[in-house]
Amino acid sequence: MPAVQETVDRVRQIDVDQYKYGFVTDVESEKAPIGLSEDTVRYISAKKNEPAWMLEWRLEAFKRWLTMREPTWARVDYPKIDYQNAYYYSAPKKKPELSSLDEVDPQILETYKKLGIPLREQEMLAGVVRKDADGNVLAERRVAVDAVFDSVSVATTFKEELKRAGVIFMPMSEAIQQHPELVRKYLGSVVPTTDNFFATLNSAVFSDGSFVYVPPGVRCPMELSTYFRINEANTGQFERTLIIADKGAYVSYLEGCTAPMRDENQLHAAVVELVTHDDAEIKYSTVQNWYPGDADGKGGIFNFVTKRGDCRGKNSKISWTQVETGSAITWKYPSCILRGDGSRGEFYSIAISNGMQQVDSGTKMIHLGKNTTSRIISKGISAGKSNNTYRGLVTAHRKATGARNFTNCDSLLIGDQCGAHTVPYIEAKNSSAVFEHEASTSKISEDMLFYCRSRGMSAEEATALVVNGFVKDVLQQLPMEFAVEAQNLISISLEGSVG
Amino acid sequence: MLLEIKNLHVEVADKKILNGLNLTIEKGQVAAIMGPNGSGKSTFSYVLAGKDAYNITEGDILLDGESILELAPDERAAKGIFLAFQYPVEVPGVATMTFLRTALNAQRKLRGEGEYSTPDFIKLVRETSAKLGVSQEHLRRAVNVGFSGGEKKRNEILQMAILQPRLAILDETDSGLDIDALKIVSEGVNRLRSPERSMIVITHYQRLLNYIVPDVVHVMSKGRVVKSGGKELALELEAKGYAQYTDEAA
Ligand SMILES: Nc1ncnc2c1ncn2[C@@H]1O[C@H](COP(=O)(O)OP(=O)(O)OP(=O)(O)O)[C@@H](O)[C@H]1O
Ligand SMILES: [Mg+2]
Repeated sequence: MPAVQETVDRVRQIDVDQYKYGFVTDVESEKAPIGLSEDTVRYISAKKNEPAWMLEWRLEAFKRWLTMREPTWARVDYPKIDYQNAYYYSAPKKKPELSSLDEVDPQILETYKKLGIPLREQEMLAGVVRKDADGNVLAERRVAVDAVFDSVSVATTFKEELKRAGVIFMPMSEAIQQHPELVRKYLGSVVPTTDNFFATLNSAVFSDGSFVYVPPGVRCPMELSTYFRINEANTGQFERTLIIADKGAYVSYLEGCTAPMRDENQLHAAVVELVTHDDAEIKYSTVQNWYPGDADGKGGIFNFVTKRGDCRGKNSKISWTQVETGSAITWKYPSCILRGDGSRGEFYSIAISNGMQQVDSGTKMIHLGKNTTSRIISKGISAGKSNNTYRGLVTAHRKATGARNFTNCDSLLIGDQCGAHTVPYIEAKNSSAVFEHEASTSKISEDMLFYCRSRGMSAEEATALVVNGFVKDVLQQLPMEFAVEAQNLISISLEGSVG
Repeated sequence: MLLEIKNLHVEVADKKILNGLNLTIEKGQVAAIMGPNGSGKSTFSYVLAGKDAYNITEGDILLDGESILELAPDERAAKGIFLAFQYPVEVPGVATMTFLRTALNAQRKLRGEGEYSTPDFIKLVRETSAKLGVSQEHLRRAVNVGFSGGEKKRNEILQMAILQPRLAILDETDSGLDIDALKIVSEGVNRLRSPERSMIVITHYQRLLNYIVPDVVHVMSKGRVVKSGGKELALELEAKGYAQYTDEAA
């Protein structure tokens, strides 16, 4: 398969400690005054021309937030965040109305080009011919992209075609204007404004993000994807994503994220809410590659994210797939509330930590309905001096008869200065629930590496191959286009961990 | 002369395993190595391939007259050394096809040769695997994972046939093969015999040497070569056992 070769080529091109996406784009921006107060919340809401109900919602969240404390239970250690010494809104200066991509600041388009994200529709249409290992041309698939630069969405592609299918895919700020009834109905219905410290903060100051609504019976004709980019220094990113699949609908959505290299830490506190009605399915994939900080642990993104899906309808399904390679600190537990009878939740995760990175991630599967099933496959890879914790909760409530869960949690250690930890919480409140849990921790095997090297592979090539094999079950869950990208990322983030 | 082992002393975990091993392999030669369990045959093959953890306290290994002791395993592979493992290693999640391709291109790159194109590579693998009776299904499966003993050995020979080494070391490739497989694999090995390619065939059984007829037979005991002879030496060993040589070595 050429992908492995590509992976290896990419590794070669990069020096140790070189975060490829670490450049800064020079664009003029408009920022809220530094610090966080009721005025900041009002400023953001006004900038976005929001209706009164939205402002009220934010202000309530803000009041609540003032009474909350930062959580300390995760296995992560970081200096105290000074919430008053950051900016909460930054937007590239632009013309008031954009009618086409041509009006987007060329510098920003250039940024996305550098990131390898094709925004222009013609490029998207042209597609790239990919072949599988047997040389067959793979069907070209198109992807609609929403690009969020600092706090605002700069471009969304394929709007027209999606509209014809009845799919709404637009920046959250536009959805608030154009579909207030949908937003009001669903926003905060999965992650309430009172949920947790970071989610509440997000509710007060969220800037933009993506909104997706797929009407009953519609299978979204293409992959949807959002690329988040933090550019501005000292600015937090608080995006808010809301995806609703109505009865019998299906959508696959992917988010990608990158940020410049900076010496100071930056806060990213996003909230993602998913809702599936009867027989609907949402597949949500993340390739997270925020700047992880340098080899000594200086700089990097603090990634505190609340992601939750609500299988509200019968026989509905939500599947989370994540490839986590970036961030100095990752705190995230994409979860499923299995409310509808017969609903299903899945969580597939690859979490890689290197250098001084700290990852505390996992999932929650909350079985409320009858005959609900869930599946968790987590692959943690720790290298350097990093720490990687899987934290997972599986519960079955009294009425969730016939609930089933299968959990498999594997950790791979590269070197002997890193740590892997598994913290499973399991609660079954009825006797018919069947929960299976498998876990393993292994060191990358010298015999395996020698076997590969005796066939001509360098230490790096051998490690990349072995690790790609270790995570294969999860990689297979990603849409084809992104599996290759993820494979590349995996090798890049393990750069410098061998030899 | 392709390979020259001079007075090789090797320790592992403070235990002396090779004790002044001397051996030369000519270009194009097929040499059989026989010897009792624990005499150091596999250790010797690992040391040739460059495995870590072996401490070479004395002696040298020369390939084309140059020492390879400082070379990493992948550099040795690129120079044409190939080891068919006595116990092939499983690589979970990595399709055999992917493994072969990564290995071949890695070697070629180290040698400054161009990569195989996808169609050329696929053609090469299809043809080679068909001759060795390795199915397409096996090529899609993860390397050695869930393979039977014989299938693993066959997979080693497939790798050898794809990588086309100059010096192949076959460590007990015959053990675990059924009668038909032994024939197929031997034929595969014989096809690769050429004046440009040398082979070291480690085995316990004279039977293999009926198929792969060696130019020379060496007997190893307690970490050194204690006797060398023609192919009839293998027959003699089969009849009389190792006693006389192991006594001499003591
Ligand atoms: N890593 C190790 N630690 C300790 N002893 C070892 C190690 N590797 C090999 N040995 C010992 O070295 C000796 C030689 O082993 P080796 O595997 O080379 O023998 P062999 O000739 O290949 O045997 P067989 O015919 O059974 O395959 C044995 O006594 C073995 O136990
Ligand atoms: Mg042996």
